[in-house]
Amino acid sequence: MKKAVEIENLSFSYSDNDILKNTCLSVYEREFFIIIGPNGSGKTTLLKVIAGILKARKGRLKIFGRSFKKYTRKSLAKTIALVPQMGMVDFPFTVSELVLMGRFPHLNMLGFEQKKDMEIASKAMALTDIKHLEHRTMDQLSGGERQRVFIARAICQEPRIILLDEPTASLDIAHQVKLMDLMEKLKEEIGFTVIMVSHDVNLAAMYATRLLLLNSGMIEGVGKPRDILNCEMLEKIYKCKLLVDKNPFGDLPRITPLPLKFI
Amino acid sequence: MSIRSPFILRRIITISLLLLFVLIVVMLAGVSMGSTKIGLKMLLQSLLGEKMADTMLDTIVWQIRFPRVLLAGLVGATLSLGGLVFQAILRNPLAEPYILGISGGSAIGAIIGILSGLSRFPGVSLTAFAGSLATLFLLLIMSSGKSLLKKNTLLLSGVMVNAFCSAIIMFLVSMTYDARLHNIIFWLMGDLSMCDINQVGILALMLLPCFIILFCYSHSMNIILMGNEMAQTMGINIRRVTAVLLIVTSFMVSATVCYCGLLGFVGLVIPHLLRLVFGSDHRILVPASILGGGSYMIICDLLARVLPQQGEVPVGVVTAMVGAPLFIYLLKRSKQ
Repeated sequence: MKKAVEIENLSFSYSDNDILKNTCLSVYEREFFIIIGPNGSGKTTLLKVIAGILKARKGRLKIFGRSFKKYTRKSLAKTIALVPQMGMVDFPFTVSELVLMGRFPHLNMLGFEQKKDMEIASKAMALTDIKHLEHRTMDQLSGGERQRVFIARAICQEPRIILLDEPTASLDIAHQVKLMDLMEKLKEEIGFTVIMVSHDVNLAAMYATRLLLLNSGMIEGVGKPRDILNCEMLEKIYKCKLLVDKNPFGDLPRITPLPLKFI
Repeated sequence: MSIRSPFILRRIITISLLLLFVLIVVMLAGVSMGSTKIGLKMLLQSLLGEKMADTMLDTIVWQIRFPRVLLAGLVGATLSLGGLVFQAILRNPLAEPYILGISGGSAIGAIIGILSGLSRFPGVSLTAFAGSLATLFLLLIMSSGKSLLKKNTLLLSGVMVNAFCSAIIMFLVSMTYDARLHNIIFWLMGDLSMCDINQVGILALMLLPCFIILFCYSHSMNIILMGNEMAQTMGINIRRVTAVLLIVTSFMVSATVCYCGLLGFVGLVIPHLLRLVFGSDHRILVPASILGGGSYMIICDLLARVLPQQGEVPVGVVTAMVGAPLFIYLLKRSKQ
């Protein structure tokens, strides 16, 4: 399988102490790769380094076998798209305007979309099921709808890798599952490589092809959910009591954090 | 295909033509109305090159009204475009060169230039530009880092920068005793009456390249509104784009400030109205702000000339009377 992202000995620090320490990691093409770990473990930092927002202090980063430094801003934007945690825009853009902005790296200097661009945007809106909202402005949408608009915008960018930062954080359970289903569909139908940061270990276990468990900047484990999610390791990392049993649908671990009164 | 208005270019052209028509009508009104009324027929004849029988009317049209209307148009266009750009860069619909104190800074520069006896161009223009860059720098330091995005920090910083600038201006004014005092005070309130056609020409030559550059960056402004990190992942060089936008905008604002003094809130009123009507796409808003802002300022100037029984009020009084209440309304609404 082809490697989409390849990280070697990568370190990152905001000031003195390293947020990421000598990270080595490969993500393959068409993976649904989910990064989990406690707060402050460096998940979002890792995602931002891959997105090119943050520059690593040392180490190497390759995207599809090509050194990161060889990408121009635009060619990187045509390869990687980011869906923000909670995208907010203070200005009343309509849904279709916002989705079309995803075409930016593909446009010429003056930035006028052609018919082809409109068709791509239209398709992206159909895929994310926001076609009926296209003339609404962003402030008229619910959280889940807004999230789908930003995903449509990312699809419109026609990347090969799509990065998501805690996309389910502010959604209700039905929308959480819908979003994960959508990402799985995109992976299958378009062939995206999906890299996602998530706090929801159970959702991650059900969807991820592989999981990355991060703890204070160090990789604790990479692999299939059933290999990574064992009770001992999770209890050590999250520093709380857990119940790990089997999900009745398939051979997947199910994690329940235990409140003090149950122990 | 169900996306309405598929080609952005067509929308830009349609809206621009519409606003251009409005601008021409307003310009004709601006030239024909005033203490001496000039009939539309006579005006059109004069514009088409026929000499007027009455040489005094001819002088009024070509030496006084026409330059003044052109100046008002250019100033309105610049200030509302300036407001639009600042709102995009700072991601704050309440940002505006006057409110942020940028105009005040260039006013200090301009007054120092006037007092030291420099000519309006290039001397005073350059000191005004230096003044505006200095306040811009001050503003960015005061609200640096993440807090730049917080609306109130930025606005409060702007108010303070403005207060500081006013103090310096008052200091400079109080040190002045001769005939220049009257000029400075009138100019501080915003004044379009002191200019001839050559000066307007010079101003236009300075402003047009700025308008073109800003239009080329208009889609980048759309992307910047999505946030720095998002814009970066979409292929924008944030630092370069922001620097170009800030410098070009400060330059053009200070150029107009040294010709017409302080005119507040134009950059707030026009972009807000245009957004309500045409949406938030800056590729449309940039040309629309230029044409619409020009029309707005010509109307304000006309009101300043026509409303009082005798003489005229400074046009800055009119723009502030319209703009300040709107600012309060917008602030109240954005808090909700």
